[in-house]
Amino acid sequence: MSRHGKGADMPVFYETEVSSRLMLGTAQYPSPAILAEAFKRSGAGIATVSVRREAGGERAGQAFWDMIADLGVHVLPNTAGCHSVREAVTTAQMARELFDTNWIKLEVIGHADTLQPDPFGLVEAARILTDDGFQVFPYCTEDLVLCERLVEAGCRVLMPWGAPIGTGLGLNNIYGLRSLRAHFPDLPLVIDAGLGLPSQAAHAMELGYDAVLLNTAVAKAGDPAAMAEGFARALEAGRLAYEADPMEPRDMAAPSTPVFGRAFT
Amino acid sequence: MKITVNGTPRDSTAATLDALLVELGYGGAKVATAVNESFVPAAIRPEQRLNEGDRIEIVAPRQGG
Repeated sequence: MSRHGKGADMPVFYETEVSSRLMLGTAQYPSPAILAEAFKRSGAGIATVSVRREAGGERAGQAFWDMIADLGVHVLPNTAGCHSVREAVTTAQMARELFDTNWIKLEVIGHADTLQPDPFGLVEAARILTDDGFQVFPYCTEDLVLCERLVEAGCRVLMPWGAPIGTGLGLNNIYGLRSLRAHFPDLPLVIDAGLGLPSQAAHAMELGYDAVLLNTAVAKAGDPAAMAEGFARALEAGRLAYEADPMEPRDMAAPSTPVFGRAFT
Repeated sequence: MKITVNGTPRDSTAATLDALLVELGYGGAKVATAVNESFVPAAIRPEQRLNEGDRIEIVAPRQGG
């Protein structure tokens, strides 16, 4: 997590090093083939998935699982749509059995319009799940106090939103995200939700974030596979810039061409 | 016995959760279960007795963000 570390350094989540700074959702694609192409072209290392009700005889879950297994990536199940601690904990337990992983992207939604996390329920659920052996990836806000509580509850990665889920508004609180990075210099930080364009992902990297988690920005693009690759390249560019130690901005102009030796002087 | 499965009320004579899954056509399916909002691991389903009014959830892997 060194600022000046090698460019090849990749994020480590709970002792597992991943091969990419891109975590990609699996929902809303035009087809399974396009989903697979998006993963292939972007090199995304983690796929987020969920659990939903299935009818008897439907067998859709098995077919989906077979497709995800073929991607050859790490799987991060979520508790999307859960509005209470109880729902989130039970959903996480069901997901662990289905996907055979202790990883859980913990969502406890607190507001129907913004889908912003319920910080109080999130901390409680994170504590319960950590005690139950889960490795929790909390979908949170950039609130420092909330994030401290999540770390106290056992979280070893934080996933603050850039903007509300599905909005594509980018990084809404640059100051807050920069503060969070400064406050937790050694903890993996992932921008989860709200990104719409690769430039926003590059900005997240320039702030020193370790990864981004996307779904709608890729799946709802006109060409999802091309957009996925665009994000992957932006992440690489942004990370290189971060590690290259950017210049400090200044208010007044400073000539880049040498002044000494100019003609007519 | 009246129970609720995935939000839909229904009648069943199944004595256990395992038997209910077979009755409803889930035999061998990749599903996870909960009864009254509590997770029931697959290994426990044969011992999980069902009672009048139980609310059962049966879920499977799906797309997610």
